[in-house]
Amino acid sequence: MAYEKVNELNLKDTELRLGLPGTEQVKEEQDVSCVRSNKRQLQSDNEEESTTPPAKTQIVGWPPVRSYRKNSNNNNSVSYVKVSMDGAPYLRKIDLKTYKNYAELLKALENMFKFTIGEYCEREGYKGSEVVPTYEDKDGDWMLVGDVPWDMFSSSCKRLRIMKGSDALALDSAL
Amino acid sequence: MAEEDLSEMAKDVELHLKLDPPLSANNKPSRSFKTSSSSSPPPCDTSHVLENVLENVLKFLESRRDRNAVSLVCRSWYRVEAQTRSEVFIGNCYSLSPARLARRFTRVRSLFLKGKPRFADFNLMPPDWGARFAPWVAVTAKAYPWLEKVTLKRMFVTDDDLALLAASFPGFKELVLLCCEGFGTSGVAVVANKCRQLKVLDLIESEVTDDEVDWISCFPEGETHLESLSFDCVESPINFKALERLVVRSPFLKKLRTNRFVSLEELHRLMVRAPQLTSLGTGSFSSSTENAGQGEQEPDYASAFRACRSLVCLSGFRELAAEYLPAISPVCANLTSINFSYANISPDVFRPIIRNCHNVRVFWALDSICDEGLQAVAATCKELRELRIFPFDPSEDSEGPVSGLGLQAISEGCRKLESILYFCQRMTNVAVTAMSENCPQLTVFRLCIMGRHRPDHVTGKPMDDGFGAIVKNCKKLTRLAVSGLLTDKAFSLIGEYGKLIRTLSVAFAGDSDMGLRYILEGCPKLEKLEIRDSPFGDAGLRSGMHRYNDMRFVWMSSCRLSRGSCSDIARALPSVVVEVFGSDDDDVDVDEDNADYVEILYMYRSLDGPRKDAPKFVTIL
Repeated sequence: MAYEKVNELNLKDTELRLGLPGTEQVKEEQDVSCVRSNKRQLQSDNEEESTTPPAKTQIVGWPPVRSYRKNSNNNNSVSYVKVSMDGAPYLRKIDLKTYKNYAELLKALENMFKFTIGEYCEREGYKGSEVVPTYEDKDGDWMLVGDVPWDMFSSSCKRLRIMKGSDALALDSAL
Repeated sequence: MAEEDLSEMAKDVELHLKLDPPLSANNKPSRSFKTSSSSSPPPCDTSHVLENVLENVLKFLESRRDRNAVSLVCRSWYRVEAQTRSEVFIGNCYSLSPARLARRFTRVRSLFLKGKPRFADFNLMPPDWGARFAPWVAVTAKAYPWLEKVTLKRMFVTDDDLALLAASFPGFKELVLLCCEGFGTSGVAVVANKCRQLKVLDLIESEVTDDEVDWISCFPEGETHLESLSFDCVESPINFKALERLVVRSPFLKKLRTNRFVSLEELHRLMVRAPQLTSLGTGSFSSSTENAGQGEQEPDYASAFRACRSLVCLSGFRELAAEYLPAISPVCANLTSINFSYANISPDVFRPIIRNCHNVRVFWALDSICDEGLQAVAATCKELRELRIFPFDPSEDSEGPVSGLGLQAISEGCRKLESILYFCQRMTNVAVTAMSENCPQLTVFRLCIMGRHRPDHVTGKPMDDGFGAIVKNCKKLTRLAVSGLLTDKAFSLIGEYGKLIRTLSVAFAGDSDMGLRYILEGCPKLEKLEIRDSPFGDAGLRSGMHRYNDMRFVWMSSCRLSRGSCSDIARALPSVVVEVFGSDDDDVDVDEDNADYVEILYMYRSLDGPRKDAPKFVTIL
């Protein structure tokens, strides 16, 4: 797969893969919800092991810093969300903080997934597009991208889903 | 602790029923107390007088340990004490039922309830485990109409609970929610609006959902009684104009902790209107982007700080723009408490500031200040009592800007140190030993070497000697958290020398069951034991059978426990509730091999047996 640079992002960095961590230099993000610790911890991780590849399995709840603190520290740096597109085999990940508004975000998504999206209008959503961008917010509800002010969106968006075809039409007509 | 003394009560009331009454202290053989006082006339009058006197005397007694002791003297004293205790502390909300609380204490004004065990903070416990405030508010609403103060820690509190609270207690004055969750801004709004006598509303490190309610505007119009308002953990914007108006009409406001949605300009406006503040949470401490580059004259921040002559406590700095930090200089000499733990401050920016903070007693910061910054603290803060250094990058493989160097420097400069929490990547026994020798006043020593099983990085040896020195030399130590590479020897030292230790935290440490045995056969004052990912198994657990009744709780996760031994404990100790569960809230593991394995054990003493609100994923043995 060719990896192009979009908005100076090396997309290889943001791609989610199914391989085990450590098989490649995969950058682990800070607050990924972590792997369950091994049920039987019989081996000892001693000093030699810890100098091996940086992508060590994240242990749940270690170091014992409240997630509240971890989030606060990360506030200024990154805000990664997963992006899925109906029909595409891979998920992608983008850092919402790199975009200042919807126009930039949608442009980046168009480039990433090779689709075109129509104009957003408040009343009718993305009427006439082949795809409809949606997102899951903090409450777990699926919303149409563009309805709320950008700042509110970027702080409440948990993941993105580009819907296409009949799903898109159904969503549009339901709105 | 109420639940401690209530269980003592269960034992001792039995005994005391057979005591001689205080008046006949002639060492005659015992006569049993009659349970109803009405059957004995002359002694009855005297005892009523005595009870009245006692009541008036006990009003002055506040310490709960003293009150627990008083309640054990005899039945009469027990009764009077129960009627005069106005502040109740319950260290584990499941150690007794709300009904029992209401039966014993009749005039409670202040309630402090703690719920989940501390390891729940680190995602080790599945959500919806329990610790609901609901049953407590329901009972206390009827039992204590004059309730004034509620403090909750690690409890699950809903908006409905808050609404019931606000509706049930007309004289309600203080609400403090520490590390709580389950509620949102709509619940906060109800409290703000309905509790007309409210003096304190402190939301601290709690998760508050954004219901998009303008709760600040919900405070009633007119002068308020507010003395303390803390909402730095609320992760949603607030109506600043309403906040400003609120501050203006709150002449008694002494503590104000704003959240990161309050910009520096806005903070300035608040400070100018409330120069009487003693404690200030500074919000973002950066300029809002709207003002950037507008060429408008910037407010004189230093002057606003100078005007706050009573300011002794500073926190916030959530999105610190370092160039503005010097604005706090006018108050530095007066500060007794500084919390920089949300600010990524480099040593260069830090040193000129801390140089003036001679009176600081409590200091929290990120490790971004580096060993150099700690040396600066050591040079200036001779009155330091409590230090907490948090990691900016909380992972195992990061650089590690602080080390034994910083720790040793602090120990040499801050001799009055009582409490320390220190995160680092690497440590030496020498540095830890130095602290044990230089800081004899230490009561709390919590060292977190973030690399698991990491030995002394200079000698390559385990950290046994360092922690050993701590328990040997720090004779007042009541709380200890260990880390790094530790053998069973470390635990033998802790068991032997940790005579006053009440709370012990262990993670990724020890070699065998002996480690756990050493602790349980030593440490006579141990009340709270939390262990994770350590090779302690059934034999170790069983060795503590004689003590679990006298402890508040034991948590063991990812150790080597089997269901069998946990069941044995449950059977042998009926007043200990033994919960086992997994770290997910999935239904019981179908995995045959692991069916006997206990991922998480949480057991605690209780007067009222197993709780009725346990979720499906929890098994109570």
